Amino acid sequence: MTGKTNAGAPRTLYDKIFDAHVVDRQEDGTCLLYIDRHLVHEVTSPQAFEGLRMTGRKVRRPDQTIAVPDHNVPTTADRVNGIENPEGRIQVAELDKNAREFGLNYYPMSDIRQGIVHIVGPEQGWTLPGMTVVCGDSHTATHGAFGALAHGIGTSEVEHVLATQTLIQKKSKNMKVEITGKLRPGVTAKDITLSVIGATGTAGGTGYVIEYCGEAIRDLSMEGRMTVCNMAIEGGARAGLIAPDEKTFEYVKGRPHAPKGAAWEAALMWWKTLFSDEGAHWDKVITIKGEDIAPVVTWGTSPEDVLPITDRVPAPEDFTGGKVEAARRSLDYMGLTPGMALSDIKIDAVFIGSCTNGRIEDLRAAAGILKGNKLAPGVRGMVVPGSGLVRLQAEEEGLDKIFTDAGFEWRLAGCSMCLGMNPDQLAPGERCAATSNRNFEGRMGYKGRTHLMSPVMAAAAAIKGHLTDVREILVETV
Amino acid sequence: MDKFTTLTGIAAPMPLVNIDTDMIIPKQFLKTIHRSGLGKNLFDEMRYNSDGSEVADFILNQPAYRASQIIVAGDNFGCGSSREHAPWALLDYGIRCVISTSFADIFYNNCFKNGILPIVMPQEVVDVLMEDARKGANARMTVDLENLTVTTSDGQSFAFELDPFRRHCLLNGLDDIGLTMEKSAAIDTFETQMAQSRPWV
Repeated sequence: MTGKTNAGAPRTLYDKIFDAHVVDRQEDGTCLLYIDRHLVHEVTSPQAFEGLRMTGRKVRRPDQTIAVPDHNVPTTADRVNGIENPEGRIQVAELDKNAREFGLNYYPMSDIRQGIVHIVGPEQGWTLPGMTVVCGDSHTATHGAFGALAHGIGTSEVEHVLATQTLIQKKSKNMKVEITGKLRPGVTAKDITLSVIGATGTAGGTGYVIEYCGEAIRDLSMEGRMTVCNMAIEGGARAGLIAPDEKTFEYVKGRPHAPKGAAWEAALMWWKTLFSDEGAHWDKVITIKGEDIAPVVTWGTSPEDVLPITDRVPAPEDFTGGKVEAARRSLDYMGLTPGMALSDIKIDAVFIGSCTNGRIEDLRAAAGILKGNKLAPGVRGMVVPGSGLVRLQAEEEGLDKIFTDAGFEWRLAGCSMCLGMNPDQLAPGERCAATSNRNFEGRMGYKGRTHLMSPVMAAAAAIKGHLTDVREILVETV
Repeated sequence: MDKFTTLTGIAAPMPLVNIDTDMIIPKQFLKTIHRSGLGKNLFDEMRYNSDGSEVADFILNQPAYRASQIIVAGDNFGCGSSREHAPWALLDYGIRCVISTSFADIFYNNCFKNGILPIVMPQEVVDVLMEDARKGANARMTVDLENLTVTTSDGQSFAFELDPFRRHCLLNGLDDIGLTMEKSAAIDTFETQMAQSRPWV
């Protein structure tokens, strides 16, 4: 697979975007790919900027480079006084220095527009259909929701993009993931994306770019589509994307960095050509019926450890090969006994937020379940909006009041507990119902235990104090 | 970047599947602004107890494996985050080669930027190499990038495949950015054309 396409041959959406960005192609198919937008955060960039300084190189396109601190920032109001952790403080200060010195588009911690980089990019209109978008962060796949080719890169590649605005790439294979029909009540975008990973495994997408399609995907809002694409990486894919449509154009229109006037019309004409052609070649196709997807939770320490909430904790012997030992280790780490009902798993904490589920629609969905309810006794809850603007919007809608009335803490924007690089962490052994994206060992805090789920499922667990089928609460309220 | 030609060294067996980047280097060590010094925290939460003492049965804590330069790993090694701190930590510890049935995409890319060779082998070969690695310090495995082979301590040799461009860069320790900078005229031309075709970008 060299990535060469015959003129006029049917192409996938990925083929089209890739082809439109090839600067140079070597005989072996190695390409130099032009990068339209480069997002930068404080954790994976300091060594890249240091590299530029050591070699006397400049940032080629500071106007296309967007910097925002998110991983280390505290989410409490006292962050105006600075970051307490000295290393975290230095890392954010380094980003500040680099953004100013190299003249990048920059949203500092004090800016109302600051937030998680993958929420800020789309919100500010930096992410547009047909673009190539990269960031030193695996969840860059989020931007694929706009029909952009977006993926995570390492720090050496960050330096490469800063210096050259290009990336050395070989074309991935094409995978189609089709979700047909309608979703049932209580089932959300998060359940789609987790169920796909459950079906394919965390290495199922390795070597592929996934295009999500089908009626259930079309029916999703842009927020929902971002949730789906966000976790493409957890399935091992380089990127996940969704063809842009009227919903996409509607979302983008009028955003600060979206094109305007004649430029908008010109852009729209091209964007409308961004879909997979009839007869395009797929290297792998997966089809799931929307109606077969249930509200799901993870039980283990890999995102592929997914089961419907109505199921039971599996036994290591239920698996084969290397997964047997991995499952034994996971169950031990998670403190779970095979055969117990998932809905009997008691929780200590609830986390609503992250680049997966920290957008306004996620907060609305969780608040819809929590309204008039309280956190179960002994459970602590935290809501962390994905950006300052999401927070503001939620407050205008009175969602903050619903959360605080229920006993949740209402925080400032950042990555927060999703990866405990900031003060928000689980204590050893603490068990959390989380709307984030990774249930790895230690991810949310040393020896912390994470169960991944949708915002409505997290809200249901918050009320009951144990993992809960949100459909039971939906029935109660109807 | 250091060249990689041939390597003969101790291989540590790590059969666990899905060894993720959070296991390789946990988040609390990502606060550094340097590339070096991460080796002592490689596999930190598997390698140390909470009081800082070593977990005795963790593979790299066993006397035979402390000087490992190769890891033979279970499927999907390096999944998860894009953190290049993972290969930096491996390199800083002294690991120059990882052999598995599959690697996560970003981790795989990151290895080549740091002179680490990730080798994909079929399950049956990984099984043989895993057994060889279990023999410990007296059993040295040889990885030959020139000839694209891995040879066990008892002389069984297995061929592997690698993208020619990646092999070339690794054999010669080439810096990607320098190579791309030589193509800056082509990038200039692309940007000029793009100003016409996609002026809104």
